[in-house]
Amino acid sequence: MSQPLSGLLHHERPIFAYGHPGRSGASLPACDVPAVDLQALWPAALLRDQPPALPEVSEPQVVRHYTRLSQWNMSIDTAMYPLGSCTMKYNPRIADLAAGLPAFADLHPYQPEEQLQGALLLLHELEQMLKALGGFSRVTLQPAAGAHGELCGLMMIRAYHADRGQARRKVLIPDTAHGTNPATCTLNGFTALELPTSAERGVLEPETVRAALDDEVAALMITNPNTLGLFETHIVEIAEMVHRAGGLVYMDGANFNAVMGKFRPGDIGVDAMHFNLHKTFATPHGGGGPGAGPVGVSAALEPFLPIPTVERVGERLRLDYDRPRSIGRLRSFWGNFLVLLRAWVYLREHGAEGLSRVSELAVLNANYLRVQLRALLHVPHPQHCMHEVVASDRDLRPLGLSTVDLAKRLIDYGFHPPTVYFPLVVPGALMVEPTETEAPETLDAFVAALAAIVEEAHSSPDLLRSAPHLAGVGRLDEARAARKPRLRYRPDPDPETP
Amino acid sequence: MPNPSDRRYTKDHEWARRDEGRVTIGVTAFAVEQLGDITLVELPAVGDLVRAGQPFGTIESVKSVSELYAPLSGRVAAINPRLEDEPELVNSAPFGEGWMIALEPSGAEFEQLLDAAAYTALLAAAQTAH
Amino acid sequence: MRDLPHTEQQISAMLQAIGVPDLEALFDVIPEAARFRGTLDLPPALSEPELRRELQRLGRRNTVSSTLGRGASGATGGALGNQREADDEGPLPFIGAGLPRHAIPAAVDSLAARGEFATAYTPYQAEVSQGTLAAIFEFQTIVCELFGSDYANASMYDGASAAAEALLMARRLTGRPRALISAGIHPEYLQTCRSYLSGLGDDVALESLPSNAAGATDLDGLQARLARDVACVVIQTPSFFGVLEDLIPLAKAAHDHCALLVALCTEPLALGLLQAPGRAGADIVVGEGLGLAGPPSCGGPGVGLFGASGAKALRQLPGRLVGETVDVHGRTGYVLTLSTREQHIRRAKATSNICTNHGLIALRFTIHLALLGPQGLRRLAQLNLAKAVYAQRAIAALPGFAMRFPAPFFNEFAVRVPGGDAAALVAYASDQHGVVPGVALGAFDERERATLLVGISDLHRRQDIDRLVAALREASR
Repeated sequence: MSQPLSGLLHHERPIFAYGHPGRSGASLPACDVPAVDLQALWPAALLRDQPPALPEVSEPQVVRHYTRLSQWNMSIDTAMYPLGSCTMKYNPRIADLAAGLPAFADLHPYQPEEQLQGALLLLHELEQMLKALGGFSRVTLQPAAGAHGELCGLMMIRAYHADRGQARRKVLIPDTAHGTNPATCTLNGFTALELPTSAERGVLEPETVRAALDDEVAALMITNPNTLGLFETHIVEIAEMVHRAGGLVYMDGANFNAVMGKFRPGDIGVDAMHFNLHKTFATPHGGGGPGAGPVGVSAALEPFLPIPTVERVGERLRLDYDRPRSIGRLRSFWGNFLVLLRAWVYLREHGAEGLSRVSELAVLNANYLRVQLRALLHVPHPQHCMHEVVASDRDLRPLGLSTVDLAKRLIDYGFHPPTVYFPLVVPGALMVEPTETEAPETLDAFVAALAAIVEEAHSSPDLLRSAPHLAGVGRLDEARAARKPRLRYRPDPDPETP
Repeated sequence: MPNPSDRRYTKDHEWARRDEGRVTIGVTAFAVEQLGDITLVELPAVGDLVRAGQPFGTIESVKSVSELYAPLSGRVAAINPRLEDEPELVNSAPFGEGWMIALEPSGAEFEQLLDAAAYTALLAAAQTAH
Repeated sequence: MRDLPHTEQQISAMLQAIGVPDLEALFDVIPEAARFRGTLDLPPALSEPELRRELQRLGRRNTVSSTLGRGASGATGGALGNQREADDEGPLPFIGAGLPRHAIPAAVDSLAARGEFATAYTPYQAEVSQGTLAAIFEFQTIVCELFGSDYANASMYDGASAAAEALLMARRLTGRPRALISAGIHPEYLQTCRSYLSGLGDDVALESLPSNAAGATDLDGLQARLARDVACVVIQTPSFFGVLEDLIPLAKAAHDHCALLVALCTEPLALGLLQAPGRAGADIVVGEGLGLAGPPSCGGPGVGLFGASGAKALRQLPGRLVGETVDVHGRTGYVLTLSTREQHIRRAKATSNICTNHGLIALRFTIHLALLGPQGLRRLAQLNLAKAVYAQRAIAALPGFAMRFPAPFFNEFAVRVPGGDAAALVAYASDQHGVVPGVALGAFDERERATLLVGISDLHRRQDIDRLVAALREASR
């Protein structure tokens, strides 16, 4: 059904290419009620006039196809995946088991509340744990992802100001921020104002914030630790300053893995923060989702939480929809429940000491890499870091090489490339986050691979330029994909149609 | 690629060339080198008014999107029809077939633009500063 | 901790290499005023056997009627019990309401559970992500085919957020502010759309459209409200009440006013029989795919489906897109493409702030649709329709029960219950008969207190439906 690339890897065509008319991998029961005449039931205008051109394949074909496709992925289960700001740590198997339990997976959220008490208790317990970790007054579990959490947080901040009769429209964002931060502002009708971070220290300076503050500022949106892997050392003073000016503080919690048990944002005046459960609490990324982005809030924002909230009344749990100042909802039902369940498992397995230990070892691993990277590459902030370290291609550029060449060559050494060209404030950035679940000897192997590649950069730069060589596919023509978009399978290739 | 001396330049890396009462506009080889493979050029419609220093379109590469700034004010008299299907012309011939729009100028800004020598010097100065 | 590989000896050696005395010193960069010095108030850590017991404790407080349709093997299987005989427990709840339940083949569970899919990240590095990328390319194709759309994105969080994104896209495409929304839209979707649009200024209006006697959108009512400032008309089919809408005249009316038609489908299985919304004239089609991807999962994660048609639509799509291309050797491969629309490049000017798709659920959807094929999809849809008709005829014949709307339906329908209190009926039937007969709609709309929304699925056998009918008969006495 496909051409082997090696004895183990096979080139695989889209599943549609393997079909034969009339074949199906379905196993359906016979109809045990009287058959119906569709033509008699539905008006002709409602009837489908042509069947969807789905694959026509057997179950063994499906199994082989997707098993082969899976083998074309690098994943946490197969290799170190040091993506900065993405916290690709090991995903514990006990959480898979939990998410597969029929006692949870088979629940429908519209079953009577008495039938859902276990699920609601679990959500309640998760909220309590997240509150404790972040020092917050309440936590909504509804947002489906980090960016969804940002949207939720800024909606509450907008509602807070509106409730006080103020139409503040500006949000201050450091230039190290993820693109989701300014995009979320736009979606909320806010104007994002970019604040420069100190070039030599890599953090936001209080003077910069002071100069930008006025009575139009709704919030400061700050990632801490920031995307350079640095703790925002002036955060306490800056938060006070923003509050004095009548604004609120939103913290992007993407990098919370560095500070569990060491820093509680709620304690220093952060009004809202999203947790990325798929990062910090090890729920799998699923090739790009689903994740979950619960948002912790200060007392000031509590009235504006999305509906429903889970409330405990004695032994009984109930859903509260009657929250008059709520921002409403951001999605259907209560959130990505099975992801929340996995995070509950992770938190219960680790406990308070375990979570502190997680952050300690995540920071240890990153700093261990930092001291070794300094000998190989330009590291713009070489003094200290938290959970990740940013290097750059500055010393490769004279050789006619750049970050992407180094990243692609790492694939040949069996490592997933780090995050590249982000944050934008470091030209040619290479952002490495090892996480606590990688053993020191794996870090040594990663450094050895980088050392070998830097050596190759001088001796045989073409090896980098044309990398990867061992990945099954070579470098892909992204310009071609964007110039003549082909976004779906067509049996008869015709580049003129979409 | 040298910057041709038959035209003027802006510090935003656009060029402008007089052609029988019209002014043809494109981006420089330096700009294209910075952007990489061009995947899309969005241009105004014929008849639209553009103002000097204001964006008149966007240019996209795989991983970036940038505004195109008008070197001078005027009415759009023509757009390069080939760019819709062949944005790669901007890469292969930025000073020729990769031109973008032609304007009927409404002011005298052309005279204030940089000449080739001044633009080349600007690029050289920027290189050393890096 | 079993996930932490460091030995004490290794930690000492690493600290020495870094040049700090202890782990605490690594956190000196946190100013004292921000430093947390207490102990986190969390329950004690649990071992795996203890965790299993704790999960059982919570699980027992839920009522799960049946394990039909779920594989018991592999990583997602139910190794912990709760696998009593379905017959002992009463039938699966008769609930759809935006989250229909269908049989999911074991192959879906086992393939999607593979670590190479589940533990990979967003496929930014295409050369080591061809599995994820190829699967999304197939997903996009399947969604285009089901919806009759030119394009589909790599998926969104869920149907409700996809609907909100469709409204935003219609605003971008038309430059107009208003949206007209059918009265048959899922109430939680309407709330989601309101929240999403609330930030965009006072000119934004979501106006509900009137329904006709059949429970479908009233065409005259639509015509009367269409104007030059209307960006789109949003129609759900089957509607929240189960009513099938004829999109063709609604699309024509919208197009006559240069507005777009957004079709919404929370039960894509219906499209095995129902005309593809794109072919009926819908410019944007969105939906929820969880019903065909997995169990209801207590509401999530689901998968938002998003399709659109027309040349102008391509660059206004929200979210990720995968495209086909070639590598340096000329071999076919896949990449994330047209990323200049997205937040990581266009930042404040992006088409959406979305950074994620629901790739793993999209993969499950893809695998299931590949297994079904066009014939399996049609047969599964026919099975649902036949069972729903069987149930509807039996319920409508019960004394005091009446159809809420006379319109054609697929596998869900609304009935008026005798006594006027559907919630009480649900409570009684659940407690006394172990049958959850549907959703009482008074929770969403006080005027529908007497309405019960009954969802039927291929997982309901004839005897299950008979038990439902018996319970309703007895409960309404």
